[in-house]
Amino acid sequence: MSEEIILSINGASKRFGGLQALSDVSLKIMRGQIYGLIGPNGAGKTTFFNVITGLYQPDTGTFELGGKPYSPSAPHEVAKAGIARTFQNIRLFGEMSAVENVMVGRHVRTHQGVFGAVFHHKKAREEEAAIRKRALELLDFVGIGKFANRTARLLSYGDQRRLEIARALATEPQLLALDEPAAGMNATEKLGLRDLLVKIKAEGKTILLIEHDVKLVMGLCDRLTVLDYGKPIAEGVPADVQKNPAVIEAYLGGGH
Amino acid sequence: MSIHFDIKHNPKKAYRNLGLVLVAAIIFPFIAANFGNSWVRIVDLSLLYIMLALGLNIVVGFAGLLDLGYIAFYALGAYMTAVFASPQFSTILQSFVDNYPSVGNALVSFFGAEITQNGIHLSVWVIVPISAAVAGLFGAILGAPTLKLRGDYLAIVTLGFGEIIRIFMNNLYAPINITNGAIGVSGIDPVKIGGLSLAGEAGSHSTVFIFGMGMPSVNAYYFLFLALCCLVIFVTVRLQHSRLGRAFVAIREDEIAAKAMGINTRNIKLLAFSLGASFGGVAGSMFASFQGFVSPESFALTESIAVLAMVVLGGMGHIPGVILGGILLSALPEVLRYSDAPQMALFGQIIVPPEIARMMLLGLAMVVIMLTRPAGLWPSPKHEDRPDADVDAPNQSTDVVKV
Amino acid sequence: MDTFIQQIINGLVQGGMYALVALGYTMVYGVLNLINFAHGDVLMIGAMTGITILNLVQQVAPGLPGVVKILIAILGSIPVCIAVNVAIERIAYRRLRNAPRLAPLITAIGVSILLQTSAMIIWGRNPIGFPGVMPSESFQISGVFISPTQVMLLVLAVLCMLGLVYMVEKTRMGRAMRAVAENPRVAGLMGVDSNLIIVLTFSIGAALAAVAGVMWGAVYSSAHFAMGVVPGMKAFSAAVLGGIGNIYGAMVGGVVLGLVESLGAGYLGDLTNNLFGSQYQDVFAFLALILVLTLKPSGIMGERVADRA
Repeated sequence: MSEEIILSINGASKRFGGLQALSDVSLKIMRGQIYGLIGPNGAGKTTFFNVITGLYQPDTGTFELGGKPYSPSAPHEVAKAGIARTFQNIRLFGEMSAVENVMVGRHVRTHQGVFGAVFHHKKAREEEAAIRKRALELLDFVGIGKFANRTARLLSYGDQRRLEIARALATEPQLLALDEPAAGMNATEKLGLRDLLVKIKAEGKTILLIEHDVKLVMGLCDRLTVLDYGKPIAEGVPADVQKNPAVIEAYLGGGH
Repeated sequence: MSIHFDIKHNPKKAYRNLGLVLVAAIIFPFIAANFGNSWVRIVDLSLLYIMLALGLNIVVGFAGLLDLGYIAFYALGAYMTAVFASPQFSTILQSFVDNYPSVGNALVSFFGAEITQNGIHLSVWVIVPISAAVAGLFGAILGAPTLKLRGDYLAIVTLGFGEIIRIFMNNLYAPINITNGAIGVSGIDPVKIGGLSLAGEAGSHSTVFIFGMGMPSVNAYYFLFLALCCLVIFVTVRLQHSRLGRAFVAIREDEIAAKAMGINTRNIKLLAFSLGASFGGVAGSMFASFQGFVSPESFALTESIAVLAMVVLGGMGHIPGVILGGILLSALPEVLRYSDAPQMALFGQIIVPPEIARMMLLGLAMVVIMLTRPAGLWPSPKHEDRPDADVDAPNQSTDVVKV
Repeated sequence: MDTFIQQIINGLVQGGMYALVALGYTMVYGVLNLINFAHGDVLMIGAMTGITILNLVQQVAPGLPGVVKILIAILGSIPVCIAVNVAIERIAYRRLRNAPRLAPLITAIGVSILLQTSAMIIWGRNPIGFPGVMPSESFQISGVFISPTQVMLLVLAVLCMLGLVYMVEKTRMGRAMRAVAENPRVAGLMGVDSNLIIVLTFSIGAALAAVAGVMWGAVYSSAHFAMGVVPGMKAFSAAVLGGIGNIYGAMVGGVVLGLVESLGAGYLGDLTNNLFGSQYQDVFAFLALILVLTLKPSGIMGERVADRA
């Protein structure tokens, strides 16, 4: 693992009317890490996620992705810059097949437009073939290669999640940002997810993970930040964070 | 694509089926000619409707943008042709001269005596691309304010635009007479290909001579429209199976996810509107040349609704379904024209006059089909049990209607 | 100045009718999140039925005062309109409550077409005349003319709107309607029968449309099968202009639209040096709709926003 910083955030904050959803959040994610963001409900994890994926504009904070300044003004610039996300409530293109879903993931790294579509010249054909090939590879990688032609909404929940991850990987992200990927999963599915994430990490990918399942997070993540009421209350390796009294207080004690 | 025309997985069957359809299509006018020209004429108009439906399918079917004012682009193409391929331009210049003499006279000297007398008569090879381009431009302009709206509102706003265009068509006759108002523009040039006029030469009773063989003008137009239709089908199929086509469907299925995948949804939506509109413009241009005459009547709200119904009831997004919808909803109502005889026989009087029966059929179809088969008559087949990417599984379950 | 006041009067009259129809749209949208595309045709049914009843009344009791005759016509067409609107809800919308947005819209358009063709069959394709039962001499108040029909319309419109406001704010039913509009599930948990409320909503909307329809026929002296289409769209625009889902918004939006149309029609020719005359007045409603949805989708009075993808 090189010491390259993939995502660096300094002093991010966001206010919605009377609510300070995030205050002074800073973190660094290194290449090849699985970085976890946890905290009780309403702690600001989703707000943070939406800030880095361009849905909200932060009030303050500097952001760097892959060493370059990062400030997307619209959600569609995020994938191009290098962050690919999944959604807590899986958002697939239901009526498209699995492979087509992943092929959409290649959109941001490919170019053919109307001309290529209609005239189908050599360059267009080659690009299209490459898109399909890569998509099938990714489907195999996440373990649902045999469902390539199945309509996405007909897949099982666990497979849909895998598909969503494959689609995100297709964008060749610097950072894979997963929003509660284990939501709604049973124990077996969670194990499968864990294995997949470990596999992705082994390929050298960097992952940011919001999760509620503390056990999953502790076993998987290299480092964590814990948010509570929009403020970071702990940061470090899981073993340390687990023992941090402020963290225990936030989860078990007062008010939650 | 449906299993009957699945070129990728079963090319032999697909090409055979396509070949059969094409042969039937080519023979059709010669057989139908035995029953008089009216059937071929009806199918000529049907072919135009199919083109419209396929164009609207890009907007509604692929991209999921509910456009209720689509006929406006048909109107634009038709009126562009009316102005630039008929004597109308001289009327325009005349009204400038009558109302704004200084401007008018300047224009007259700019365009010269020939045009001032006879109007502009651009050839079909020029006017069709211009119509497509202008319609495409308006597609983007009219689409722009709708980009953030959801379903119902998008529909109403596009409907509003369609109505606005119709109102303009009806009223742009004073002070400058562009559209000639409710009366419409006549004397539009027929399509001329390589010197051969598809309306036939004067005195030939609308007979066109190709390679020494004579055929009625409607037949000649039939083949032109058939070729054009095939081209439109080809283009939309290519679009569907391309990066752009996937982007359209992604937006339709989940716009937020599409954005997260880096798709610039604003631009892609505008492109959908533009492309769809340009098809409408081309069809409109053909319509004007075919009829020789256009008036605002042909572009009423019911037409927009009919074309939308063709797409939605046929099978949204599914090209064969849309074509089926186009055929059913343009040709079937014509059959109802002959419903007065059976009604007289059965009831002794005409309860539902044929023209009303046609509208009623449309309304009924919309209600019944949405309640019973909301995906349309011939929707895209669902792939439930085709695990292998490249093997054609014969007993897959689909919603394909066995036509 | 006289013309100005005159245009204002005309605008208020027109606006009153728009408001009554806009209320129907906004209430249905409030409880179902659905645009009842066929609502304009309910107005038409009201007008046509009203004329039929009026002709009957003319034959049976020609001596009654004009106002009474029209009221009878209104009272007669209200049940018909309610029946039609409730039937539309039952047949077309109820089954499609959870379907994607497209299906109810297409069904609604289909219903609209069916209503128009039915009207064509029953009453014929040509416009039918509204019997001239009201006195035709206008009142003149310092140079401005207002006809008895227009007065009747304004009075009725105000009464209806006041009645509606009272019902919605002060009665149990009204509270239930507001609850269902906010959150149908929770309202259900509180013991409110959503289906009943929805039927009630459609009924009230239909009744208002019946009033508007009969009075429209009275003001314009005729009615025909397609008369509901454009006014329906305009009334919907008015509802959006005022703030969809908000009944005060519908009232405000309707009146504002009526005024804008009337003043615009009157002065557009002068303003544009006769380039665009009053024949373009229909464009106002659509432009208003487009502008509102683009710039301030929540409308004048705010509340429900058009933005769910």
